[in-house]
Amino acid sequence: MAEASYPEDLLYHPEHDWARIDAADPAVATLGITWYAQDSLGEVVFFDLPAVGASVSKDASYAEVESVKAVSDVIAPLSGEIVEVNEALADDLQKINEDPYGEGWLVKVRIADPAEREQLMDARAYAATLGG
Amino acid sequence: MPSTLRRTALYDQHVAAGAKLVEFAGWEMPVQYEGVAAEHRAVREAAGVFDVSHMGEIEVSGPQALQLLQRLLSNDVAQIALELDGGGAQYSVLCREDGGVLDDLFTYRLDTDRYLTVTNAANHERDLDWFQTHARDFPEAQVVDRIDDYAMIAVQGPLARGIVQAISDAPLPARMAAATRRLAGEEVLVCGTGYTGEDGVELLCSPAEAAGLWDELVRRGAVPAGLAARDTLRLEVCFHLYGNDLSTERGPIEAGLGWCCREDTHFIGADAVRAVRESGPREKLVAFAIDGPGIARQGNLVAGGGEVTSGTMSPSLGVGIGMAYVPAEHAAPGTALEIDVRGKMRRAVVKQKPLYRKGS
Repeated sequence: MAEASYPEDLLYHPEHDWARIDAADPAVATLGITWYAQDSLGEVVFFDLPAVGASVSKDASYAEVESVKAVSDVIAPLSGEIVEVNEALADDLQKINEDPYGEGWLVKVRIADPAEREQLMDARAYAATLGG
Repeated sequence: MPSTLRRTALYDQHVAAGAKLVEFAGWEMPVQYEGVAAEHRAVREAAGVFDVSHMGEIEVSGPQALQLLQRLLSNDVAQIALELDGGGAQYSVLCREDGGVLDDLFTYRLDTDRYLTVTNAANHERDLDWFQTHARDFPEAQVVDRIDDYAMIAVQGPLARGIVQAISDAPLPARMAAATRRLAGEEVLVCGTGYTGEDGVELLCSPAEAAGLWDELVRRGAVPAGLAARDTLRLEVCFHLYGNDLSTERGPIEAGLGWCCREDTHFIGADAVRAVRESGPREKLVAFAIDGPGIARQGNLVAGGGEVTSGTMSPSLGVGIGMAYVPAEHAAPGTALEIDVRGKMRRAVVKQKPLYRKGS
């Protein structure tokens, strides 16, 4: 994805991570990194997949993504338990760059505290933190 | 980006090509254009073009030029040939008295008593000062800073020579030789050297001519490549990067650069280098590949002693690779290493250098 984009249907964390609340099951959220995060990092060459069943805490690192030049912690926008990891990334990490909100998703979590959603930003507020 | 950063003569070319620009050793340089993987592949399979104008140049001339360089540089400068058509090129290190490495450099012979030495951007001022200080002992050698007189463009890859040859007025100098040619009508010092493990040339030209030359090379198919690809390319073939794999803290023998040190030329640091060569270094710079997932990075510690000085994901090999100083008894190819990568112990194996060979 060459141009910056911040879909309206996502919730954003200031550390450049997003959460999509599952339409069918609002107790589950899909997590990933934003267009800005993947663009700053450059082509992702390594993603340390976390384990299903592991707990993640809001504002804490749950995984690492690496580009050729840099390592970046992936920060959880919501607390919960990992119920699925995107195994397809093992074969094609470029999806994180090419489609960060679609095929480049990282994990799905069962949300521990629905109230945490209130602390996240909408697309407009997040884009504003990027200075334009 | 702070306005104090220096820009090369090719800055507008980089912006027009959509480069991501970063600070590097006080310069605003392109780290990548389309993407490091594609740029890396272009150099391995076709041709890439790099702006390396941030590198410095020092010219040494006069009847005592050879004597001064012999004192400064670790290699035997008297071995750099001079043909009718141009001169030779030679790699060496610049050492302190204690053998610590101040820089690693290529020196080109321009004429009977005239040499051009290319410095690393971050070291240029220190090198220049070192050259000038020691030139006081050689009154018939002149040291001139030429950094503002040259732009430098590296054209690298299996198709690189063909692209440059097509715009040259005469056959290009061979590998490890340098000669002045007219390229697209402009006078350029063409050097048969590089930093990628591929065939190719490095071009030194006046900054005013750099943009025209760059555009012509790109028009003929050379792919603009940034510092990120330059780093993955050089690390795959185990070329040293000053500041990572070389520093004043360690000597050339530890770094595996004993081949470019000729102690009998009495260069500064020769006694220290000879002592380490004779007793054997306590540490050696090895190449390694990670066995499994993960990428070791500069500064990661090796269990049992040692540290990683360069590490990346190899685009050609698809595994984490790097170089590390380890105790000499752990330096043999095949030795298993454990590297602490941010709290996770990653297994690695010492490999024969270079890590990547054509066709591997």
